[in-house]
Amino acid sequence: MSAPLLSVKDLRVGFATEDGVVQAVDGVSFDLRPGEVVAIVGESGSGKSVTAQTLIGLTRANNARIEGSVKLGGEELTSAGDAEMRKLRGEQVAMIFQDPMTSFNPVYRLGDQIVEAIRAHRPDTSKKQGRQRVVELFEAVGIPDAERRVDDYPHEFSGGMRQRAMIAMALALEPEVLIADEPTTALDVTIQAQILGLIEDLNQEHNLATILITHDLGVVAEVADRVLVMYAGKVVEEGTLDEIFYDPQHPYTWGLLGSLTRLDRPRPHRLPQIAGSPPSLLDLPEGCPFRPRCPHEFSKCPECPGLEARLPDSSDHRDRCWLTPAEKREKRMVEGQIGLEAPRGVGQA
Amino acid sequence: MSEVGKEGGAPLLEVTDLVKHFPIKRGILIDREVDQVRAVDGISFEVGRGETLGLVGESGSGKSTACRAVLQLIKPTSGSVRFEGREIAGLGRRQMRPLRRQMQMIFQDPYASLNPRKRVGQIVGDPLKRQGVASGSELRRQVQELLERVGLSSEHYNRFPHEFSGGQRQRIGIARALSLKPKLVICDEPVSALDVSIQAQIVNLLDDLQDEFGLAYLFVAHDIGIVRHISDRIAVMNEGKIVEQGTADQVCETPKDEYTKKLLAAVPIPDPRESRERTKA
Repeated sequence: MSAPLLSVKDLRVGFATEDGVVQAVDGVSFDLRPGEVVAIVGESGSGKSVTAQTLIGLTRANNARIEGSVKLGGEELTSAGDAEMRKLRGEQVAMIFQDPMTSFNPVYRLGDQIVEAIRAHRPDTSKKQGRQRVVELFEAVGIPDAERRVDDYPHEFSGGMRQRAMIAMALALEPEVLIADEPTTALDVTIQAQILGLIEDLNQEHNLATILITHDLGVVAEVADRVLVMYAGKVVEEGTLDEIFYDPQHPYTWGLLGSLTRLDRPRPHRLPQIAGSPPSLLDLPEGCPFRPRCPHEFSKCPECPGLEARLPDSSDHRDRCWLTPAEKREKRMVEGQIGLEAPRGVGQA
Repeated sequence: MSEVGKEGGAPLLEVTDLVKHFPIKRGILIDREVDQVRAVDGISFEVGRGETLGLVGESGSGKSTACRAVLQLIKPTSGSVRFEGREIAGLGRRQMRPLRRQMQMIFQDPYASLNPRKRVGQIVGDPLKRQGVASGSELRRQVQELLERVGLSSEHYNRFPHEFSGGQRQRIGIARALSLKPKLVICDEPVSALDVSIQAQIVNLLDDLQDEFGLAYLFVAHDIGIVRHISDRIAVMNEGKIVEQGTADQVCETPKDEYTKKLLAAVPIPDPRESRERTKA
């Protein structure tokens, strides 16, 4: 296995607010290697986006407190200056965002916006060379009629094409790491499949390392190599794609897997559900943050377990749950499938 | 799932050749119509009593416009919408008002569909008051009962929408839609703005309420998995037309139309092994 390109150690991001400190990210660690896709899965408020944004210095506000370490090729990013970060962004780490509608400036031509980004980093590039580069990029990400489309405005592009243009912009300076924050959430399924295919090709062809932020386990199953499941700012489980899907250890992961609808299976009478709603980060329960929603809570849960490997045969499969592996295997099966609990009547949340 | 109820003659809702075209106009002083957007281009479907018809399609396929045209929130260009056998296409606001009791809507965005300056009690009770169903302490009692029925608490009566999470807000929207005991509820992407763990809760709630009140749903969504779960029958829309219609399992397991096949093939399978198999194939 090659050395990690990006190494995150015990990253903690807190924001001071009028109501107290919101610990959005609470001790996240992971490594990213070239050509690898690491997916960070979680619901709103789980800290997945804040983690991603912190990696490239987008959460540096006056009220933010960032602790821990983010190392990119040996260089520490949390303490890097603004000028350094600016140089690094695009050049080594690039990010694509969820909403391709609001990520471009609507009054500038797409080509010009991307040329501007290229010239900011490589000042000796002429405008003509820059434009040529954008045409190449557009062709690489599958925008038809690239020569003409570079002169279009963002509103002349459809959602899917705009997301392709955004990926083209992210790739313009040939970064080693791509952070994709919900890249397909705003897109239709047929377009989503195309964009996921594109991201996969880029990984294989350019050895691009990717961090994929998403709430959709279907998307994860299609492209990820390793998965981190986040809940209330903490990683509650991490492992390889197959470990997470076929041998999940944390009850929250069971709940997420159980509530998926599957077209390739007969439909269940009722959808398995997770009771309650995610906790407020200002008012976290003591101990395991998932405790109030977990049907398998027991006497040890008021103390939060560490993220540890609890299975004898896999040192990289870690979780935060006190149950023994044998208990987990037994408790996670609901009606013959992985789920959290047999659905009861309504009335939760 | 509830029984497909057609006994009792006419279906609850019968839509025939419904068309909604939006004109594209040019010109400064004299508006000339230069073209039309064929948002809904001649669709026909039925919803039986207590039945759920799922309407799927991608953005721009015309599913939301279809909902609005059915409810007469926008005037259809042509075609017929019959509710309990009575033609309602082209009826005015005043004529529609008594019918609104029978057909309600649940909206996609629980943040935008509740008035932030009104208390939950007012939001849920307003339809009852306006239709003259209840007032005073009786109104309060009915609203509190509804809140409890959708999984909230009667103490939430005096709270404001901003005090609730997305899933809870959607429950408020559902309570409002059910307050008049409608026969048909049109759900326009009711779970797509919610977190995954909350989506299942809301889908199960809609399921239970259907059984309890004998509701018929027109369930519009782009997520085929959810639509298949909740629907008795499914209609697939593309470019303003219904390209395929059948029972939920028929449409999902043995699709006939090319577009339906394409749509189903694009849905990611949340199972790495299956997904690898599919990529190889």
